[in-house]
Amino acid sequence: MAGGPSLMDSLFQRSLEDLIKGLRLHNLAAGTAAGTPESSTFLSKSIDEVRREIKSTDQQTKTTALQKLTYLHSLYAIDMSWAAFHAIELSSSTIFNSKRTGYLAASISFNSSTDVILLLTHQLRKDLNSGNPHEVSLALQTLSSICTPDLARDLTPELFTLLNSNKGFIKKKAIATVLRVFELYPDSVRVCFKRLVENLENADVGIVSAIVGVFCELANKEPRSYLPLAPEFYRILVDSRNNWVLIKVLKIFAKLVPLEPRLGKRVVEPICEHLRRTGAKSLAFECIRTIVCSLTQHELAVKLAAEKIREFLTEDDPNLKYLGLQALAAIAPKSLNAVVENKEVVIKSLSDEDVNIKFEALRLVMAMVSEDNVAEICRVLINYALKSDPEFCNEILGSILSTCSRNYYETIVDFDWYVSLLGEMARVPHCQKGEEIENQLVDIGMRVRDVRPEVVHVGRDLLIDPALLGNPFIHRILSAAAWVSGEYVEFCKNPFELMEALLQPRTNLLPPSVRAVYIQSAFKVLTFAAYFYFYPEEALAASISGVGESVHNGWCEQSSDSVSGQTVTFSEPDEGFNPRMLHQPQKDASGNDGKKMISDLEQVSSCSVKMGHFTKDCLVGMVNLVESTLRPMAGSHEVEIQDRVKNVLGLIELIRQEIHGCLVPKEEENDRGELKACEIVRVMHDAFSEELGPVSLSAQGRVPLPDGLELKENLSDLEAICGDFRIPVLSSFSLEKPRSLEKDVVTVSDQQNEEECEPSSESTSLLTEHRKRHGIYYLPSEKKEKVPNDYPPANDLSMQDKVNDEVDYLVKLTEKSLVPKKKPIAKPRPVVVKLDDGDRIHINETLPELKEDLISDAVQEVLLGSQAVASSSRTDKSDKSSNRRSRKETFRPLESNADSTTVEIAELGNKNSRRIKHRTHGKERSHRSSKKATGESDRSDRPNSSHPHGKHKSRQRADGMENVAAESPVIPDFLL
Amino acid sequence: MGIRFILMVNKQGQTRLAQYYEYLTIEERRALEGEIVRKCLARTEQQCSFVEHRNYKIVYRRYASLFFLVGVDNEENELAILEFIHLLVETMDRHFGNVCELDIMFHLEKAHFMLEEMVMNGCIVETSKSNILGPIQLLEKAS
Repeated sequence: MAGGPSLMDSLFQRSLEDLIKGLRLHNLAAGTAAGTPESSTFLSKSIDEVRREIKSTDQQTKTTALQKLTYLHSLYAIDMSWAAFHAIELSSSTIFNSKRTGYLAASISFNSSTDVILLLTHQLRKDLNSGNPHEVSLALQTLSSICTPDLARDLTPELFTLLNSNKGFIKKKAIATVLRVFELYPDSVRVCFKRLVENLENADVGIVSAIVGVFCELANKEPRSYLPLAPEFYRILVDSRNNWVLIKVLKIFAKLVPLEPRLGKRVVEPICEHLRRTGAKSLAFECIRTIVCSLTQHELAVKLAAEKIREFLTEDDPNLKYLGLQALAAIAPKSLNAVVENKEVVIKSLSDEDVNIKFEALRLVMAMVSEDNVAEICRVLINYALKSDPEFCNEILGSILSTCSRNYYETIVDFDWYVSLLGEMARVPHCQKGEEIENQLVDIGMRVRDVRPEVVHVGRDLLIDPALLGNPFIHRILSAAAWVSGEYVEFCKNPFELMEALLQPRTNLLPPSVRAVYIQSAFKVLTFAAYFYFYPEEALAASISGVGESVHNGWCEQSSDSVSGQTVTFSEPDEGFNPRMLHQPQKDASGNDGKKMISDLEQVSSCSVKMGHFTKDCLVGMVNLVESTLRPMAGSHEVEIQDRVKNVLGLIELIRQEIHGCLVPKEEENDRGELKACEIVRVMHDAFSEELGPVSLSAQGRVPLPDGLELKENLSDLEAICGDFRIPVLSSFSLEKPRSLEKDVVTVSDQQNEEECEPSSESTSLLTEHRKRHGIYYLPSEKKEKVPNDYPPANDLSMQDKVNDEVDYLVKLTEKSLVPKKKPIAKPRPVVVKLDDGDRIHINETLPELKEDLISDAVQEVLLGSQAVASSSRTDKSDKSSNRRSRKETFRPLESNADSTTVEIAELGNKNSRRIKHRTHGKERSHRSSKKATGESDRSDRPNSSHPHGKHKSRQRADGMENVAAESPVIPDFLL
Repeated sequence: MGIRFILMVNKQGQTRLAQYYEYLTIEERRALEGEIVRKCLARTEQQCSFVEHRNYKIVYRRYASLFFLVGVDNEENELAILEFIHLLVETMDRHFGNVCELDIMFHLEKAHFMLEEMVMNGCIVETSKSNILGPIQLLEKAS
C-alpha cells in the first residue's frame, strides 16, 4: 500500500477501544508479546494495521493509529521507535488532541538515541512560546521527559521566560523541567538559577513545592553549593504548613547540616517542633530521619526522636514498624540506648511474618552485639535460625559470621566458644554459609594459637560424622576441618580415628578439591605418626639437652599424667606443654638450630608420653589402612587427588622399608640406610609443624623493586584489564596457598622461618587495648608470617647464599607487612574489602564529580556573580542568542562597576572578604540596572519588589553567600 | 529524582500502566517489572508495603484488584509515597467515579495525563485534586 491507506481504512479503522477489547478477547497477557499463537497473530495483525494507518493523511486516522501504537508499546512492549517521525508530525498538529497524542508518544518512546529528536526542537520552541497555556504545559512535560543536551541548550531561553510565567501551573512545570535541563546542560544554570531562587519566596504552595523538590534533588548531588540558600529554606521550614514541602525541606537540611554545624543549632528546634506537633506520620518520620542522620549531637532531639520511634514500633501497622526499625538502625551507632530500650520489640520482630521486618530486626540485633552479650545473642539467634525458613536462616548465620569476625574478631573474647559455635552452625540444617565458615575456621586456626586444640576438636567432630558428607553446602566446612586437623595434628587426641575419618568411604561424595585437602591432611597425619614411631629416642635425648627448664618440667608433668589406655594416645596440650608457643621468640633468636631443637623437644614430649603405646602394629595398621584406601585413587583423573595420593604412597613405601628392615626400629638409629629414610620423615615432619600464618595483602607490594626491573612499563595495560581478577586471588592467598603448596613448604620452610620472624613494632590503639585485656587469646606479636609460598623452592637447599642475600628483602617486607596486622587477628577478607571499596569509591567519585562540578560551579557562579547574570540575560531573552553571548553581557556591568571582580568570579577562589565586598557591590548595581532593563516584567511579576525592598533582598542574599563561601559565623546571626 | 517509575499491575501480574522517569530499554523494563511484580504480589496484607529491589525502594499499595507500585530512590520518604499513591487513586476515583481496572485499561492516556500533572521528572509537583483534573476536564468539555 505504497499510496497510503484507502478510504475504507479510514472509515473502518479500528479504534483504540476496539483494539483493547480485541486484546482482552484474545486474552493476551500484558507484558508478553508472545502469548498463544492466535493472540500473537492478533497482535502482529494489529501492528500491521497501525503501520498502514499511521501513514494516512487524515489527522484523525493517524492520531488513532499512534494512540494504538503507544498503547501497545507501553503495555505490550512493542517497539515503536520506527514511528518517531509520525509522533513529531502529530505534535505539530493544530488539533489539540492530536498534538497531545503526538507528545505523549514522544515522551513515552523517545530516548537520547532517537535520531529524529532534533526535529522536535522547533515545534517545542513554538509551543513553549504559545499563548495557549495547555500547549505550553504539554511541551514542558514532553521536554522534561525526553530532554537531551541539545534540546536543553536550544530551549533554555524559552524556559527562562517561562520561569516567570504568571500562570502558576506553567511556572511550576517550568521549574520541574529546569532540573532536567540543568543536568544535561549545566550552562543553563547561569541563566535560570536566579529565577529559581526567587521563586522560593513565592506564596503559591504548588510552586514552592516544586521548587523545593528541585533543590532537594540538586542538594542531593552537591549540597555545599546551596548553603547560601539556607535562610530561605529555614523560612520555609518555619512557615510552611504543607507536609509535602516540609518533607523536602527537611531532606535539604539533612544534607546541609553536616556541612555547617551551626546550622544544626538553628534548625533543631523547628524540626522538633514539627515532630511534636504533626499528626502526619510521613512528616514525623522525616523529622526523625533528619534527626538521627544529621542532628545526632543534639541530645534532646535524639531523645525525642527515640520516643517517637518507640511509638512507631508499638503500632500495629507493619509499615510503621518497619520504618521504626530502620530509624533505630540509623540511631544505633550514636545512641545504643535507644536500641536497648526497645530490645523486646526488636527481638519479637525477629519472628515477624514479614521478611523485611525480620531483616531489619536482625540488623538491629547485630548492632547491639558487644563482648559481653555476644554469646547470649548468638545463642538466641541460632535458635531462631533453627526454626526459620532457609533464606532467613542463612541471613542470620551470615550476620553472626560477619558481626563476630568484624574488625578482626574484636567482639570475641572466648575463642573456644566461638569455634564450637562455628561447628554448630555447620550442623544447622539450612546452612549454606560453608565458605564463610571455612574461611573463619582456617583463619582463626592460623591466627589464634591458643584456640587450636578446640579447632582440632571441632574439626574432628565434623569429620567423623558421615552424615555431614552428604550435604554439599558444608563440604567447604569439612575442607576446613580436614585442613586444621592435618595442620595441627599434634593437638589431636586420636590420630588413628582421625585417619579413619579422613579416609572414610563416603568421602567420595566430596568434590575433588576438598578431597585433595582430605588426602593432604591424611598425609600430614601419617607423617606425624611415623615420626613418633621413628624418633622417640632422639626426642628424649633432645629433652635432656633441654632448652628451658620450664618446658622440660612441662612435659614431665605431661608425660606422667596424660597416658590413657587408648592405643594411640596423644597428650592433650595445656599451658605447660606447648614449647613452640612459649618459646617462639627464643626460637627466632637462635635461628635454625634452636628451632629444630624446639620442634624436636615437642615431639619428645609427646613421644615420651606414649612410648610403649604407639607400637609398630599401630603404625602398620595405619599404613595399611591408608594404602588400601588410597591405592585405587592413584589413577584418579583429578590431578590434585592423583598428585597427593602419589605423595602418600611414596611415603608409605619409605615407611614400609623402614618397618620391615628393622625389627626394633628405634634401636637402629645408627644404621645409615635407615637413618636416611627416617631423616626424610623428620624433615617432612619439621616442615609440617612449621607455622602457617596469614599474609598481609600488601606484603607483595612492599617488596622493593630491584634496580633495572621495569614492571610497570610492561604491565600497566594488563593491570587495567586484569584489575577485577586480582582481588579474588589476593583474598585466597593466605588460605589457599598454604594448603595447596604444602610441598613447597617442606623445602622452603627452614629458610623462611628465619627470615620471617620479625617482631612487629606498632599497633593501633584499639587493638592494643583489646590485646592488653585479652592477651592470652592472641598470638605473640612476634608471630611468624609466611610469605607467599610461591617463593622458588629450588633455591632452598642448593643456594643458601642467595637466599641469605634476600633475607634483607624479606625482613623489610615482613616488617612493614606486620604493621597493619599487628594483632594475630588480621583477617584477610576485611582487608580485601577495604581495598576493593577504596578503589571503587575512588573511581566513582572522580566521574560524577566532574559533572556535578559543572552544575555546582555554575550555581556558585550565579550566587556569587549574583543577579547580574540572570538579569542581564533577562534583557536579551527576546533575541534568542546563544548562551555564551548572554554570559558575556552578564559580566559587563560588573566589569565597569568593580575593578577585577570578573577575575575573582572566574576564579571562584576563596579570598573571602574582598570578594564579598565586590559581590555585594556589583550585585546591587546590576540589580538596579536589571530593573531598568526589565522593569516591566519585574513590576508585573513581583509587585512587592519595590526598589528599597529589592535592594534589601539582594543584600540578604549576599549575606547568605558569605556563609557559603566562607562558612563564616554569619549564618546563625542571619538566621536569628 | 525522587520517583523513578510508577506501575499499575493487576493481581494476575499484568501491567496496566507503566510510566518511567528514567530511560530503560524495553528488555530492562520487562525484566524489572517481572521481578518486582513477583516480589510484591507474593506479599500478604500483614506485611509492610516497602520492598527493596536492586537500587530502588518499591513502595506499593493494593486497591481491590490493582497494585500500585512506585519505585523511588533510597532517599525518598516511603510514607509520603504511600500518600501519593492514595492521592493518585482518589484523583482517578473522582474523575472516573469509583475507578476500576477497566477504567485505566480503556483510558490509559487520561491516566498518563493525570500522572503528568502530578509528577514531572520524578518530582511531585501537584497535590491538589482539582488542579490535577482541571486540564483534563477542560479537554473533555472541548471535545
